[in-house]
Amino acid sequence: MAQQNGMVERRGAGLWLTHVGLLVGIAFIFFPIWLAFVASTVEQQEIVRPPMPLLPGDQFFSNYARALTSGVNAPVSTMLLNSMIMAIGISLGKIAISLLSAFAIVYFRFPARRLFFWLIFLTLMLPVEVRIVPTYEVIANFGMLNSYQGLILPLIASATATFLFRQFFMTVPDELAEAARVDGAGPMRFFFDILLPMSRTNIAALFVILFIYGWNQYLWPLLITTDPEMNTIVMGIKQMFPSGDDTADWPVIMATSILAMVPPVLVVVGMQRLFIRGLVDSEK
Amino acid sequence: MEKRVKFKGLWLPILLVLPQFLITAIFFFYPAGQAIWQSLFIPDPFGLSMQWVGLGNFEFLLADRYYRASFLTTAVFSILVTVVSMGVALYLAVLADRLVKGSGTYRTLLIWPYAVAPAVAGVLWLFMFNTRVGVVTWYLGLLGYDWNHVLNEGEAMGLVVVASAWGRISYNFLFFLAGLQAIPRSVIEAAAIDGAHFWTRFRTIVFPLLSPTTFFLLVVNIIYSFFETFGVIHTITSGGPQQATTILVYKVYADGFVGQDLGSSAAQSVILLAIVSLLTVIQFKYIERRVHY
Repeated sequence: MAQQNGMVERRGAGLWLTHVGLLVGIAFIFFPIWLAFVASTVEQQEIVRPPMPLLPGDQFFSNYARALTSGVNAPVSTMLLNSMIMAIGISLGKIAISLLSAFAIVYFRFPARRLFFWLIFLTLMLPVEVRIVPTYEVIANFGMLNSYQGLILPLIASATATFLFRQFFMTVPDELAEAARVDGAGPMRFFFDILLPMSRTNIAALFVILFIYGWNQYLWPLLITTDPEMNTIVMGIKQMFPSGDDTADWPVIMATSILAMVPPVLVVVGMQRLFIRGLVDSEK
Repeated sequence: MEKRVKFKGLWLPILLVLPQFLITAIFFFYPAGQAIWQSLFIPDPFGLSMQWVGLGNFEFLLADRYYRASFLTTAVFSILVTVVSMGVALYLAVLADRLVKGSGTYRTLLIWPYAVAPAVAGVLWLFMFNTRVGVVTWYLGLLGYDWNHVLNEGEAMGLVVVASAWGRISYNFLFFLAGLQAIPRSVIEAAAIDGAHFWTRFRTIVFPLLSPTTFFLLVVNIIYSFFETFGVIHTITSGGPQQATTILVYKVYADGFVGQDLGSSAAQSVILLAIVSLLTVIQFKYIERRVHY
C-alpha cells in the first residue's frame, strides 16, 4: 500500500530532500569538530601556512603524546585527572547530600522543615556566576584556592537535586514506608533497603547531567586555580594560548580540545536514554 | 502534598539535612548576602576600610555609559543566540519528525554537541575564524572578504553568537522533537485530508500546539545565554573589541577580578540576581499552570 507510511510523511523526492536537509544540519554541527580533529593530526607548519588541509595527517600519535605528557603549561593528563575528580566529586557530592536532605524533608516532621524547604527553593535561582567575588573570598579564607574542595564545594551548594528527589519520593507509595515500619525497620534501614534501590534510575540520570555540568565548568576553575597543576582541561585550553604575538601551538591545543570533549561526549552518547531522562527531569 | 506515613525522631532528620545545610549556608547564602552587603559600600584604594554609600554604586552604574551599553549588548546577544539556536533546532526537528525510520539515528548524531563545553566551542570557532590561520577566514579572503573579528565589532558579535548557539542546538532539538512527536498524528492527518499543505499545517496546527515547548525553551535559552556563555566570550573576544561583546556576566568578572572594583561588581551581581529571579519566577509560574511538554 502506497499510504503505508501515513499520509503526512515524505516519500520519494520529498523524503530525499528531508534527508539532505538533515545532513546539511549535521555537517554544520560536525564541521568545527572535524576541523579540530584534522588540526590535531597535522604539523604546525601545515596550519600556520593557510589554508590548512581538510583531511587528517599522520601526526596523530606524536601530537596527542606531546599534549598528554607535556602540554603547554601542565601535562594534559594532569588536567584530565583534575577534571575527572571535579566532575565526579560534584556529581556524587551533590547526589549524596540531596538524597539525605530530601529524605528528611519528605519522611520526617521537624521544626524548621518548611523554612528549610524554602531556603532550598531560593538556591534554584542563583547560578555561581552571580556570586563569584564573595564566594571567591570565602574559598580564599578557608585556604581552599588550588584545591579539589575549592573546586567542588561551591558548585554543589545548590538544591536542584534535592528538589528532584523530593518530587520523586512523593510518588513512592506510602504503603512501603508503612510496611517497613510494621516490620520494625528503622528509618535508615528503609532508606538504604527500599528508597535507595527505587531511586536508582533517577540517580543515574542525574549523575549523567551533573557529570557534564561539572566537567564543563569554566569560570570557577579559572578563578581559583592559579597553579597550572590544578587546572581543569576545559579552562586549561585557553591558558595554552600565548599572550602577545607568539604563534599558538595549534596541533597541541586542538588535541587538547578533542581530549576535553571525549569523556562528556562518551557519557552522553553511551547513556543516551538516561541523559534525555535526566535532562527532562532536571528542567521540570 | 504531604506523606501520610512519617518516621519519628528529631535529631535524625536534623542530622540528615545538616550536610546540605552547612554547604549551602557557607558557599551560597553567605556569599549571596555578602554580594548584597558589599554593593552598598565602596572599599578604599588599599582595601583597608569600607565606606557606606547606600545605593551610590547602583546610581553610579546606571549612569555609567559602559554599563548601559553592556545591558544593550546582553539583550542583543541573548536574543540572537536564542533565535539562531532555536530556529536551527526547530528546522532540524521538523525534518526529523517527518521521517518514519531513522529519526533515532539523527537524534544520536545531533545530541552529542550538548556535551561540548561552551569554552571548548569557543576555541573551535576561534580556530576556524582566526585572523591568521583560520580556514574560514582564508576562504572568505579568497572571496574578497576581509574577516577580522579582533577589530570589527559586528563580526565579533556574530562569531560569539554563532559559537554560543552552535552548542545549544542539540538541547533545543531534543525538546522540539519530543514536542513534535507528542502532537497526535490524527490531528495532522485530518488537516491533510482537508487539503492543508505542509506549510499551512505547520503554521495553523503544529506551531500553536508546540507553543508550550517553545515558551519553555525561550526562557531556558535566555538564561543560558546570560550565564553559561561566559566561556565562549572569554575564549573568543574577552569582551572586545571596545567592549562590543561585554555581556553583563562578563562585566561582573572583568570589573570584580580584573578591575578590582568590588563595590561596583557586587552591585552588578545584585542586578543580575534580580534579573535571574524574575526569569525563574516566570518559568515557575508557567510550570505551575501544568503545561505539558
